[in-house]
Amino acid sequence: MDRRTWNFIIVGLVVAVLFAVGVSQLGSPNPDGLEYVAEREGFIDTADDHAFGDAPLADYGANLGGGDRVNTAIAGIAGVGITLAVGWGLFLLARRAGRRDTPHVTDR
Amino acid sequence: MHLPDGFINGTTSAAAGVVAAGGVGVALRQTGRYLSDRQVPLAGLVAAFVFAAQMFNFPVISGMSGHLLGGVLAAVLVGPWAGLLIITVVLVVQGVFFADGGLSALGLSVINMGLIGAILGYLIYRVLLRVTTRSDRGVALSAGIAALLSVPLAALGFVVQFAIGGVGAASMSTVFGTMLGTHLLIGFGEGILTSLVVGAVMASRPDLVYGAPGYQGDRTEELV
Repeated sequence: MDRRTWNFIIVGLVVAVLFAVGVSQLGSPNPDGLEYVAEREGFIDTADDHAFGDAPLADYGANLGGGDRVNTAIAGIAGVGITLAVGWGLFLLARRAGRRDTPHVTDR
Repeated sequence: MHLPDGFINGTTSAAAGVVAAGGVGVALRQTGRYLSDRQVPLAGLVAAFVFAAQMFNFPVISGMSGHLLGGVLAAVLVGPWAGLLIITVVLVVQGVFFADGGLSALGLSVINMGLIGAILGYLIYRVLLRVTTRSDRGVALSAGIAALLSVPLAALGFVVQFAIGGVGAASMSTVFGTMLGTHLLIGFGEGILTSLVVGAVMASRPDLVYGAPGYQGDRTEELV
C-alpha cells in the first residue's frame, strides 16, 4: 500500500486517540436517549446488571482505581487499540476468504 | 442507544440475534468480495474511530445526552456491508470489555445501529446523493442528512422490538413518541459529526471514500 494511505491511517488513529482520551472527557454526563426514555417511561429497572460488570475496563474504566480522568484515558486508549485490532483482523480474514471465492479478482 | 439485558424478553432477543447473525454473515461474504487491499486497514481505523467517537456524549436537552451511532459514517467511508461489520465489532468490544450494552441484547443493537443505521442509512445516502449535487460538498451534505435520519429510524427499530418483546408496563404510544422525538434531536448531532468527518476525508483523500461518486477502489493507485 502507498505511503500516503499509511500516513492517512496514522493521522486518523491519532485523531481517534485524541477523541477517546480527551474529547470524551468534555462530554455530557447525562444519560443517552434510550436511557433517558427508559427512565422517563419507567422501564429502566427492567435492565439487568451487566454480565461483565466487574471487568477491569467496565463502564470505561470505572473499576480501574485511578482518578476519573486517568481511568477514562486508559479505557479510551485500550478501546481504540482493541477495536482497531479486532476490526483489522476481521476484515483481513474476510478479504482472504473473498479472494478464495472469487479467483478472478487479481491481487495487486 | 445500546440496549442492556432485560429491556426486551429472551425470545425476542434470541430471534434478533439470529437475524443479526444472518446479516453479519452476508456482510462478511460481501465485504470479502468488494473490499480493496487498502480498505482493510482503513476499515480497522473506522472501527477504532467510531469506538472513540461514541465515548463522547454531546448534550441534547436538559438531562439527556446523545452519542454518535456511526452507521452512515462507516458505510459512506468503506461501504455499507463493511459498515455493518464495523458497528458489530464496536458493539461486541463495548459489550465484552466495557460492560456497555447487554450481551443477550447484542442482536437487537446490531439490528438498530447496524442493519438500520449502516445499511438502510447508506441506501438513504445514495438516494440523497442523486438529488443533491454530486460534488464533494454534496457527499458530505447527503451523508449528514442520511445520518440525521438514521437515528430516529434506529429508535423506531427499538420501538418495534419493545412492542414485540418489551418487559414492563410502559405505554407503547408514549414510548413511541418519546423515543422518536428525543432521537430526532440526537440525529442533528449525528448529522453534524458525520458531515464534518466525511467532509474532512473528502477534502484530503476523496479517492478513499467508498460512497463518493468517482470511487474506483484500488484502481486509483495507478492514476496517482
